[in-house]
Parts: sequence; structure tokens; C-alpha cells
Amino acid sequence: MPHSEPFVFNTERRLVVLTGQKARNLPELLAILKRISGSSIFYHTHEEYFLSRQFARHELYNDFALWISEALQEEPLAEKLAAIDLLSFSSIRQIRESMVAEIAAFLESTEGRARECPPGDEFHFCRAKSFVVPTGIVARDLPDFLNRLPSVSNTSLYFHFFEARLRLERITNDFSFWLSGIGQEALADEIDRLNPYAMTLDQLRHRIIQLGTMRLGD
Amino acid sequence: MAIRLQDYEQIVGREEIAELSVFAERVRNKRLQNINSTAVGGGVAEILTRLVPLLGELGIVATWDVIKGDQAFFNITKAFHNALHGHPEEITREMLDHFQANTEANLGSLDLNGDVIVVHDPQPAGLILKKKEIGRRWIWRCHIDVSTPNPKVWDFLRPMIDQYDASVFSMPDFARDLAVPQYMVPPSIDPLSDKNKPLSQSTIQAVLDKYELDSTRPILTQISRFDRLKDPLGVIAAYRLVKRNHDCQLLLAGGGAPDDPEGEVVLREVKEAAAGDPDIHVCLLPPFSDLEINALVRGSTVVMQKSIKEGFGLTVSEALWKKKPVVGGRVGGIKLQILNGVTGFLVHSPEGAARRTMQLLANPGLRRTMGENGHQHVKQNFLLTRHLKDYLFLMLSLDHPEEDIVQFYEN
Repeated sequence: MPHSEPFVFNTERRLVVLTGQKARNLPELLAILKRISGSSIFYHTHEEYFLSRQFARHELYNDFALWISEALQEEPLAEKLAAIDLLSFSSIRQIRESMVAEIAAFLESTEGRARECPPGDEFHFCRAKSFVVPTGIVARDLPDFLNRLPSVSNTSLYFHFFEARLRLERITNDFSFWLSGIGQEALADEIDRLNPYAMTLDQLRHRIIQLGTMRLGD
Repeated sequence: MAIRLQDYEQIVGREEIAELSVFAERVRNKRLQNINSTAVGGGVAEILTRLVPLLGELGIVATWDVIKGDQAFFNITKAFHNALHGHPEEITREMLDHFQANTEANLGSLDLNGDVIVVHDPQPAGLILKKKEIGRRWIWRCHIDVSTPNPKVWDFLRPMIDQYDASVFSMPDFARDLAVPQYMVPPSIDPLSDKNKPLSQSTIQAVLDKYELDSTRPILTQISRFDRLKDPLGVIAAYRLVKRNHDCQLLLAGGGAPDDPEGEVVLREVKEAAAGDPDIHVCLLPPFSDLEINALVRGSTVVMQKSIKEGFGLTVSEALWKKKPVVGGRVGGIKLQILNGVTGFLVHSPEGAARRTMQLLANPGLRRTMGENGHQHVKQNFLLTRHLKDYLFLMLSLDHPEEDIVQFYEN
């Protein structure tokens, strides 16, 4: 039964929490990765999206890959970690397991040879404390939703798309969840199948509007 | 005229300022008491001078008190400061006793009236003794790098720090493995201050003329104290390599500290290294030269910050804000400000600095792109308004210590 609840756009701001945990080499990174909180893993694999710098995005999307490339200069492993398909995971636990497996396999292949980073270049584990507030933008129905979407900030988009699914462990992104509830199951499904990691937040917004407009035209 | 919050709207946008009010609403009327050891001079006093009135505008009852101490106390805290940075210092039992006695004297005279009390750096850290009696929420805001401290000083301070509700560091590298929550709040620049505000081309030209710099040829600039850790001789070496291919000038400018004998030695070495080359300009700037520093950076082609060791190195953000690409050492906070290949280049040696500088001199388009990127990066991460928001978040964090995601709903 479709509901008539409006969609409330939230936005998120954050304070970075320092865990005090740091790694100088791959064995240390691996040991900490196994025990560090899930929110730290989410932070280091999604920070680049959150920042969504309008000007540039580093080709190595996650902090682990970036550090392994720049501080340890272990390019083959950096490449593998950067290539991990985050969309294929529905929980942070799975992301952790995948990273741990890649690093462990690499260490095995190098027979224990582990480069040390230069002093001062250690990997520092952080996580985010997020503060979520309503933006004041509310959508009543699909046409209203599509009209409002251009004025919603990238941070808001990020929150409803990435945080909702992985950090808040909702079954899908918030848009798809709401759209299903108002009887737009097909559109909800199309949006759910988008790969947000393969585009910028602006492109993601554009694509959602495009899909929604097509659906309205049907 | 005093700078007001709404003056920042023209820079960061109306939404950003409105958002500050949204979060401030949740901590409105709370008393936020800052305590440090000096009312003037130094980065902490500078930032509090700007933040406290702006917090007040947001409805926070923000105050700022300064502890008292005799010369012996400040000599001891200077030794602490150096020891926390990892320098060898002799720390005696008498020094620790004097520190404690001074703390107790201040506890007797200070009115600790904040709902949230933010204690800046080690000098007033002992005030936490009062927590048992009066309660309240306490934050230790550490502005210095304590990652490799002298154990004697750290073991003395650690039991005090563990009693705070939270600690705050400027960057992850500065932090320790502590029992209390640790947050990151990087420092910030004020885009409306004399050092950063927009200047007319004629003002910039007048300052370049005053320092006999030729604005028709590229100018490489490093603004910093004359300190070996800023590697001014390395900058000269890099300039000499660049000079083989590009007709350019080098400006090394910075303030001096009259009580810093090493600064004078380094300045002399720099002048000797520069002797005979009229295109190297070594300028010891007097205090209150912010407007001139602003003009010199704006008149530069490439800015360098080739430090060997660095705290945060806000001179990088000051240059990026002025849309100058920066070539800097891969150390300290420079790593957060220079996104390698995006807002400038991170280097390890004079040769590396020279190569990147030549790349920039040969490519005006790259300079423009990096300059624009740098400006955006600072706008998003290192402006005073972000710092202000972090203060609000710190206050909110104390109310929600366990939550990773704090959700606020419509009132």
C-alpha cells in the first residue's frame, strides 16, 4: 500500500575523530584493519566521496590505496585495493574482509618483505562523528522530488545515498526506499542499481533526475 | 570596525552562514570558556581574538581568560613545549613543583564559570584539578605536535589530560593514543584579515616596488621565519637550479624574533648564500607586516614552503587562498593543504622543488588550475567559518559522546 509521507532531505556535517591508531607498514595496517571500528573503515573508503571536491578527485579513491601507493610505493596492491567494488558490498564488514584478504594475500606473495613508510608518513586511522540535520527541503511526490533535487547539496545527496546504505545499514538508498513507498517501485529499482562510485555526485544527481523524468513521461 | 559574521557571507555563501545558525541553535546560551596562557602574540591568541566574538554572535556565551604566571613559570612551560616537540630538555622535580604551584595559584583566582571549559595547550592543563569539585565539561585543545614527546613531561601531563572529557588536535599526526576521545580541528585562516583580504593591483604593485621586485619577471616566494627547519638554504639551492632555465627572482621574507639567537645566525647564512645575486631578495619584515605579506604573496608567481619539519604550516593555506600554486615539503600539515598534483606539489629535496617549480613556470595554465583548486580547497577546509562550526560540533559532541551519527529532527 503506497504511503503519502513526504521525503525530508537531510544534510550531514562531521567532526573527525582520531583513533590514535597508526600503521607504519602493511603488517601493522593489516592488524589494525582487523580490529578497528567499522566506522573507521567507512571513513577511509568514502572520505573522498564525501569531500566531493568540485575541482578534482584522486584516482585512488580510498585512503588505504592512496597511502599504500604514496607512502609504501606498493603500486600493485594499491591498484587492487582501489579496484575493490564497494557497490558489491552491503555491509562494512564485507568491505573489511575484502581489504584484509587482499593485503594478506599480498604479504604472502612477498614472503614477509614489508616496506616501512618514511617517518612522519604513517597511516592514521580516523573516523567521523556525523551531525545530521534537516535541510528544510521536503518533497511531497515524484514531480516535487525531481524539482527539488537540483537545489539539494552534494552533502545531502551523499548522506541519502552512501551513508544510508552502508553506515546506517538500510536495505537501499533513502531515495529508492521512499520511491518504493509511493508506488514508484520500478524507478526505485533503477536508482538502486546506479553505481554511485563510478560518477561524481553531480553526475549522480543528474542521472536520478533523468531516470525520474523518463518515468514521469511514461 | 569589527568584523561580523555576515561579512563572511560574501565569501562562503549565505547557506554556509545559515547552517552555522542551525547548529548553534542546539547549543545556544551555553557558556563556553576558553583559557590559555597569553592574550596577545602567538597563533592561539590570534584565533581566539577572532572566534570568541563570532561565537557570541551565534548565541554562545563565549569568554576567554588568561592564566597568570611568573617568568620562572613561563620558562618552565617553554621547556615543556620544546620537550613535547621531542627536543632534549632537562626537566627537574623543582620545575614540575613550580608548575603545580602556579596551577594552584590560578585555580584560586580564576572564575571557572563555563558550561564547557576549553583549556588550550599544556600551560593551563592542570586546571582540570577543579573538575572533581565543580564538574562541567572539559576539553583539552592541544595546538602543538605531541606525537614524540619527552616521556618525563608527557608522563607528568598525561594523568591530567586523561581527566578531560575530550581532547582536540590539529591533525592526526599530532595525536596520541589517549583514554579520552580525540577530535581533529585543523587551524584556519581568516579571509578578511589584513594578511588575506583582497588587495588592489596598485597596492600590490606599490609593495613590490618597495621591495625592488620586478613584476614583469616571475617571482618565487617563501614566507617564513629564518629557521633551519624551513630550509631557506634549500630554497636558494632550488632557485639556482630553476634560474638555469628561467629568468626569475627569489623572495625570502619573514619576521624575526629578537630573542631567537639562532634566527639571526640563519639569517646571516641566508644572506651569505644570496650574496652576489641581485635577484635574491632577503627581507626581514618588522612586526605588523601582514598587509605587506599579503601583497608579496599576491604578487608572486609560485610560492614555496620547503620545510623539513613543520607544525601545520598555515602559510600554505594563505598562499593557496590567493590562488598561488605551492611547492612544499612533504611534512606536517603541509600534506593536508597541498594535494599533490592538484593544489601544488609535495617535494623532498631542492632538486624536486626546482623541477616542480620549472614545470609551473613553463605552464601558466597549470598555475591557474592549481591556483583555483587551492582556493577551493582552502574555502572548503581551512577558513575561519569551518573552525567556528567545529567549535559548535565539539560542544555537541560532549552531549552525544557515544553516538557516531547524531540525528537532529525538525523542532
